[in-house]
Amino acid sequence: MLNSNPGIVKGRFWREGEAFIWLSSIGVGMILLIIGTLLFVIVKNGFVAFWPHSLALVETNSGEYYLGEIKQTTLHPHTGEERIQLKVGNRELYSLDFKWIQSKTISRITYPKEAVAIERTEYGNFYGFIQGYQSPLTGAEPVQGPNVLERIEPSFTEEVQVLARLNEEIKSVAVEMESLRRKILKAQYEGENHAAIEAEQRVLREHFDLLLEAQGKQHTVLSQYQVLLRDAEGTTKTLPLSHVVRQYQPNQMGLFAKLSHYLAHLWELFFDEPRESNTEGGLFPAIIGTVMLVLTMSLFSFPMGVVAAVYMKEYASPGFLLQTIRIAVNNLAGIPSIVWGIFGLSFFIYTIGSGIDQIFYPEQLPTPTFGTGGILWASLTLALLTVPVVIVATEEALGGVPSDVRHGSLALGATKFQTLMKVTLPMASPRIITGFILAMSRAAGEVAPLMITGVVKLAPALPIDGTFPFIHLERKFMHLGFHIYDVGFQSPNVEAAKPMVFVTTLLLLSIVILLSSTSIILRNKIRKRYQAKAF
Amino acid sequence: MNPTDFESVISVKELDFFYGQSQALFDINMEVPKHQVTAFIGPSGCGKSTFLRCFNRMNDLVGDVSITGSLILDDYIDINHKDQDPIQLRRRIGMIFQKSNPFPKSIYENVVYGLRIAGQGKKSVLNEVVETSLKKAALWDEVKDRLHTSAMGLSGGQMQRLCIARAIAVNPEILLMDEPCSALDPKSTARIEELILDLRGDYTIIIVTHNMQQASRVSDYTAFFFEGKLIEFGETGQIFTKPSLKQTEDYITGRFG
Ligand SMILES: Nc1ncnc2c1ncn2[C@@H]1O[C@H](COP(=O)(O)OP(=O)(O)OP(=O)(O)O)[C@@H](O)[C@H]1O
Ligand SMILES: [Mg+2]
Repeated sequence: MLNSNPGIVKGRFWREGEAFIWLSSIGVGMILLIIGTLLFVIVKNGFVAFWPHSLALVETNSGEYYLGEIKQTTLHPHTGEERIQLKVGNRELYSLDFKWIQSKTISRITYPKEAVAIERTEYGNFYGFIQGYQSPLTGAEPVQGPNVLERIEPSFTEEVQVLARLNEEIKSVAVEMESLRRKILKAQYEGENHAAIEAEQRVLREHFDLLLEAQGKQHTVLSQYQVLLRDAEGTTKTLPLSHVVRQYQPNQMGLFAKLSHYLAHLWELFFDEPRESNTEGGLFPAIIGTVMLVLTMSLFSFPMGVVAAVYMKEYASPGFLLQTIRIAVNNLAGIPSIVWGIFGLSFFIYTIGSGIDQIFYPEQLPTPTFGTGGILWASLTLALLTVPVVIVATEEALGGVPSDVRHGSLALGATKFQTLMKVTLPMASPRIITGFILAMSRAAGEVAPLMITGVVKLAPALPIDGTFPFIHLERKFMHLGFHIYDVGFQSPNVEAAKPMVFVTTLLLLSIVILLSSTSIILRNKIRKRYQAKAF
Repeated sequence: MNPTDFESVISVKELDFFYGQSQALFDINMEVPKHQVTAFIGPSGCGKSTFLRCFNRMNDLVGDVSITGSLILDDYIDINHKDQDPIQLRRRIGMIFQKSNPFPKSIYENVVYGLRIAGQGKKSVLNEVVETSLKKAALWDEVKDRLHTSAMGLSGGQMQRLCIARAIAVNPEILLMDEPCSALDPKSTARIEELILDLRGDYTIIIVTHNMQQASRVSDYTAFFFEGKLIEFGETGQIFTKPSLKQTEDYITGRFG
């Protein structure tokens, strides 16, 4: 009998808290499950977004043809009949990107090798077949054949480059003209003579007009390069080659071709501008905006938080006032972020920003320079939002430094400040950095306060570029978090934008992970250096 | 009661000490003999540490304390005067704590810490001080090959000797030791005791200890405290062999405390 053994104790389950251990592990398991599912959905959808899908040619009993990517096969929620969702693209022809087709009406599905998918600058993807090409080289009539594209491509690329150079020049002249305009405004405001500047402006304007004319001509030249297309039903249309971003024939691509297509897409994602009201193209401006926002925020929030915490913990005499301040700081972290946004708008933008405009840019008014949303004000707002996190973490970290070590330093004749700089802060730094990580993650994920302090769906210029003074903190900016909201909920074609939402989410997540893992590595390095071995 | 056949370095006069409202030291008067080892003994809670911390103003860090009377260093420096800079004082009066407290830095950086904060940055000076201090602290041979590794990798006894080396690196005149061996094994304790005997001629040492044998082995003079009062102070030999008060004798022979 087991029970006769005096070493066996009954009721372990309750007495030793095994029930509690079970409960805790279930809790942890549930959290892991939720996080895991979320990550899985984002990663899966984000990663497959750019994989070239095969193009299915669906033939119905009634003799209709559809060409597109099969997205899903489901049962109709009411009738219970099986149906497939086909992404048919060709928005300018069908007005809808997606089509539901009942499975029982389908007579045949084939995957024609010559089916082509064309990514273009307008109207989303085109799915169909290439009929031929038209170009100044090949005469007025469209020509067919496998080598036509190769023949006309060199001269086409050349023309494209000519246009690119023209655009580049137009942009720089425009910048110059803008600075002249500001100079004139300033001269007018200060009542100085500005005839010389105006003369300069006239010369520049003539040059500008010439450039614009050349640009128009170049557009006409480019529009002579065309591709002749046919959709599944046989409708033909021509498309200027300059509208083609990328064309590929997924049904005859091998793994390697698909992979390089995928990588090209990734490259575009990281380093290109968005297209089609942000639902296609790259995220470059949003990535730059997000990273710069978080870094600028850190620049304000970290020093401010650490200094405040050091004062509260090391210098201020403990008492009712300090306790009140501490409680207040803790509660600041709980204020809804939109409230911070409103505060940022009214304090930073309307008060400080407008003040700056009145003092430094009076000639520009009523056009605001700093008195409107911008990356600086958004960063400051986020800094206020995250500073409580930094303060609390730093205070905890300072409290965790053993007093013997401080006393050891003081007993050697160190001042309080020297002790702080040489012993206390270095020893506290791993935990302070943990606070930084939390603050950064929080800041990177915030969207609401940005929406009223300067984020835009499409920024005309990056907050960092090659024109003096290189960093333009007054500029409006794009942001991945806002991009998710904008593309996912504000775009006219939500279904087509879905991949972009997942990709953007994945990217935002990766940036947060990248930023925080850098800090974690840094922290672990420091921790190893300052780890006090148990005595 | 006070023997006066020695040169005094600090003279304590009518010292009273309060933690908030409660008095911890009562009317202490004594002379600290120069370049000798003085042991403070007495039952737990009698105020030895409190008294020791008065010498280098470490009680300033405690918060709500008040102190009356005077401690005069070298006949003219009033340690307790509110205008006396504790920083200057602590450079002349070093302290070793009960629990060794090396900084989480390299052995080398630990030793030169006091010099660096005093503004000494010359490599040659620092190198020399590291060697002499570690030699004096009888640690040199054990660590000379790993001066730039973390001090956190040393054993407890080595750490305590490192703290002693760190304290003597700034060349203080007086060393205060608060139960420096209480966390160490007999072998490390013996090494530290040897060290105290070696340092004796150059430094004035005050050591708080609960170990009667230790007090009799290392000290020249002994002060016995009880409930915040200095009961008896005299040459160690005399205190341990023929104390003039019954109370002292009872404590030393282990009848109470
Ligand atoms: N920070 C403090 N605040 C208030 N009272 C204190 C404080 N530190 C010590 N005391 C009190 O002062 C008295 C003397 O303490 P002290 O630490 O000097 O004794 P001690 O002789 O060093 O004892 P031990 O041998 O145990 O170290 C004790 O009654 C103690 O409770
Ligand atoms: Mg003590």
